Amino acid sequence: MNGIIDLGFYQVAAAYIFVVIVLAIIRHRGISREKEIVIASFRMTLQLVMVGYILVYVFDNPNPFITAAIVIAMEAFAIYTIFNKFRGGLSTGLKKVIALSTGAGTVLCLLFFLFVIVRVNPWYNPQYFIPIAGMLIGNSMTAVSLAVKSLTEGMTTQKQLVEEALVLGATPQMATRDILNSTFDSAIMPTINSMIGMGIVFLPGMMTGQILAGAAPTTAIAYQIAIMLGILGAVALTVIFTLQMGYRTFFNKEDQLAAGNRDY
Amino acid sequence: MSEAAGFEFIQVKYLHILDIPSLSIRPGVITSILGPSGSGKTSLLRLLNKMASPTSGRINYNGADLAGISPVEHRRRVVMMSQSPVIFKGSVRDNLTAGLRFQQKEIPAEDILRSVCEQVRLDQALDSPSGVLSGGEKQRLALGRIILLDPDVYLLDEPASGLDDETAGCILDMLTEKTRSQNKTLVMVTHSRAMARRISDELIHTTRGRAASGAAG
Repeated sequence: MNGIIDLGFYQVAAAYIFVVIVLAIIRHRGISREKEIVIASFRMTLQLVMVGYILVYVFDNPNPFITAAIVIAMEAFAIYTIFNKFRGGLSTGLKKVIALSTGAGTVLCLLFFLFVIVRVNPWYNPQYFIPIAGMLIGNSMTAVSLAVKSLTEGMTTQKQLVEEALVLGATPQMATRDILNSTFDSAIMPTINSMIGMGIVFLPGMMTGQILAGAAPTTAIAYQIAIMLGILGAVALTVIFTLQMGYRTFFNKEDQLAAGNRDY
Repeated sequence: MSEAAGFEFIQVKYLHILDIPSLSIRPGVITSILGPSGSGKTSLLRLLNKMASPTSGRINYNGADLAGISPVEHRRRVVMMSQSPVIFKGSVRDNLTAGLRFQQKEIPAEDILRSVCEQVRLDQALDSPSGVLSGGEKQRLALGRIILLDPDVYLLDEPASGLDDETAGCILDMLTEKTRSQNKTLVMVTHSRAMARRISDELIHTTRGRAASGAAG
């Protein structure tokens, strides 16, 4: 395979022509989003440049503590991002559930992926640990956000159905079963859809990156298949943890809807 | 036959809604709760089946502190029908048997389901969709749903509110007869003083969060 074509400063700078085109279009159409697009492009550039230099250092000086610290920082940022998305709208109990589910679900899948599937050596090899953790945590973060949104909406719009079920002798789990099932569906559907379209509608980022870096397409595909299944596992596990523990936060210890969720 | 049940309120306060120093609801009798809107009638019913808990004080059920009884187990013995019962998606049959499924009880044979529909004067086919039922039909379906559960205590919040006088009278007479013949307890919230006096053994009057009981006669 040929090695990757290195992109020089001017070549990367030329890619900003796309931002200029988008700015020109939205200004022409009178859509006031220039500021957000400029800030997003600038942030993305700055963050990636910083991450690039950090990764160069981390890869050159592999250390289990640094690898663990980076994964913990990724987890913390993912959890913070979810909290931030629902500013003020989450109970303390649900926040704890989100943190625990995201952490436990992604770490379990990450360890299985690295130690059982890839069999990485040394075990803390940052070249594998960090990008794979990023993919699992990133996708799980999106799925947990969707799950929390759907769960809180379901518990609000279907509050009367839940109450009626409780009155008839249902446990909170039975009373929320339909909400939890539809929440699981809506949280996991984007991952399933992306799996269906993969290879036909688009070539996934990781595989594209590996091919550009000179890896054989068959190796890139093997990694992509494994990582997609890992993502599916991490997404499903984090969402199931979130739902199984999360629904309880809407009830008090007397199996009544908790005060903030009642009409009376 | 179910064991009779009785409630005793001791210095019960519930939020700013109810303040009941003492109240007894005797087992095996029919009790009606009367009072103006906002006087705490529905809250009183909710306290009885643990859909709400006292802010302070204690409620005994059959001599045991209600706080120590499993809420789900209690609600399976003391079943409440709310003023505007919610009908689940699905057929009349699905709704009729919803409580049984929640309580993991056996679904009875077709003829028993039809007989309950007749008792509550619901002439819709069991497989017809529940979404097309009128308000009164939904009320009767909800009544049928709790009759099938065969609880020790029926708690009914304005059970006749969506029904015409004749239907309401027939259904309440059927419930009264069932309660008395099977030694059950029925506690009902109603605005109708005449109906309360006609079918009840005891009355509870709620006024500004206070409750006082007396004989219906």
